[in-house]
Amino acid sequence: MATALNPFVFIGCVELRQALDRHALDERELMDRLEDVPAGSIFYHTHGYFLRHRPLTTAYGNDFARWAAVEVRDQALAERLAVVDPFEFRDLENLREELVTIVHDHLRGLTTVPRAEPGGVFHFQQSHIVTVELGPRATTLAEFRDGLAGVDASAIYFHMVEARARLGRPSGDFVEWMRTSLGLAALAQRIERIDTFMTSLERVRARVLSLVDQALEAHAA
Amino acid sequence: MIRLDDYRHVAPPGVVDIILRLTERVRDRRILHLSGGRFGEGPAEMLTTAVPLFQDLGVDTRWEITGGDATFYATTAALRAALEGAERVLADEALAHYVEMNRINAKKLRLDADMVIVHDVQPAPLVGHRGDGRWVWRCHFDASRAQRRVWSFFRQIINQYDAAVFSLPEFGRRLSVPQYVIHPAIDPLSEKNREIGPRDVTTILGALRVAQDKALLLQVGAFTRAQDPLGVVNAYRLVKKHYDVRLVLAGTAGDDRESLEVLADLRQAAHHDPDIVVLELPPEAHLQINALQRAATIVLQKSVRVGFQLAAAEAMWKGKPVIAGVGGGLSQQVINDVTGYVVHSVEGAAFRLRHLLNNPELIARMGAAGREHVRRAFLVTRHLMESLALLAHLTE
Repeated sequence: MATALNPFVFIGCVELRQALDRHALDERELMDRLEDVPAGSIFYHTHGYFLRHRPLTTAYGNDFARWAAVEVRDQALAERLAVVDPFEFRDLENLREELVTIVHDHLRGLTTVPRAEPGGVFHFQQSHIVTVELGPRATTLAEFRDGLAGVDASAIYFHMVEARARLGRPSGDFVEWMRTSLGLAALAQRIERIDTFMTSLERVRARVLSLVDQALEAHAA
Repeated sequence: MIRLDDYRHVAPPGVVDIILRLTERVRDRRILHLSGGRFGEGPAEMLTTAVPLFQDLGVDTRWEITGGDATFYATTAALRAALEGAERVLADEALAHYVEMNRINAKKLRLDADMVIVHDVQPAPLVGHRGDGRWVWRCHFDASRAQRRVWSFFRQIINQYDAAVFSLPEFGRRLSVPQYVIHPAIDPLSEKNREIGPRDVTTILGALRVAQDKALLLQVGAFTRAQDPLGVVNAYRLVKKHYDVRLVLAGTAGDDRESLEVLADLRQAAHHDPDIVVLELPPEAHLQINALQRAATIVLQKSVRVGFQLAAAEAMWKGKPVIAGVGGGLSQQVINDVTGYVVHSVEGAAFRLRHLLNNPELIARMGAAGREHVRRAFLVTRHLMESLALLAHLTE
């Protein structure tokens, strides 16, 4: 199998949360704030959900849906927000527009604005990602496999989520490296099709490893 | 001395390596922690663990404490209470004395560091004597309901910092500086949380005169109305009609009127029911708390809005489902229906207790889920990682 001239460098990350002075007490305020918070806050409450909910089920898909379900007890809005797959949007402004439209359309069908339970205020946040290089660099698919198996789950998040959503690498770093540095277009395509929505980082890791193992076995045979 | 490597077998895989890599980025920085004392809960408990770990990592870390006279301590106690929402009268002279004492402290202390982290109320005005480094105010309490007049005074001090750190976004208030969020954490290797065997648990409970012949319900916390121990007794009574259980209320009591009243009421309840055990323990009874949490069948933390309350995380770390009151840090720690239940009333607590006692397989399942949740989100390794990230973020 090919050896890459550019080794793959696993990057782990730590999320430093920052509270914004923006809050929502009811669904109209949620809609208003969604329109004016920084794009980084939209990212934090949608894509960032996957970093913070690693081992447990990602039952609501994003913080807005969770708030609607748990704090406002508006299951209809929760369902409509939960189904929004943040990875389907070209950029965060399109994602913002979709979220605002969902809440707006939902409110149009109501006579009163649903309000959060006492203490259930939605606090908008954003995050700063602090990155660190992890583990040995990989120059072959086998080395990549070993590195991926042992690396902290935050590296899966960084290369599969952060890279795609905020760093302008729409295919993700794994796919890009396999395609351009190893020339493994078919494997890259299979990894690109992995559904990262409503799953855990560990499951994403397991799926990538499974596809890489198949490729290694096929090559050995 | 406990070293970072000792946490490899309790922290999530890879976390210690991330901490080591982050340290490489900030190893040449100097950190200074300033707090009002070296003992007790909150900042002192956190720094007792964190400072040696930072030093073990090779990061130049100091921890200094500030002092004052009786008027200073009385003022800071009242100021802290007012910032937490209690009604207090604070004279301008007392507040001026508070600032003046910090000016005197500043002359005695070496305040040069790349990042100075000032904890809570007592040393906060030291920022008026800051040097070149980045200054961060670390708030360990819920300031969201601070008295307006007191907050107007205190906000002017905090706005001189480069940033503030709160335990939850809802614990903060409007400030002109960035507000970061770092949850507090438990130390899994401390006396309060380290592994202890069943035989030791039995010995310790024997010394506390707590028999282990029936299911044990436990609440750990100060004997104050905010912790609602009387509500827990009422929930226990609803459960007792159907299950032969014992209730242990373990905690510390202050010498204020409210604590004495609550303790008297609890003792009265215990006097009529031998299965209610009220244990007034000293603040350093960490091993006893550890043993009680390990012996418990179900743990209650039925507080009514009192800060972050790490007792829930401590119990979950020992594999116990937790029935928690709503709000504050408890809602962050207890994932409803996964690691325990969040309840709004005495009746809710009783209902969930009966539900768990009637479905013992749930107790084990929720306990295991709780331990994994704490492993990921509430161990000191995560706290260390985020503190290093803050250091890197603010000083690079």
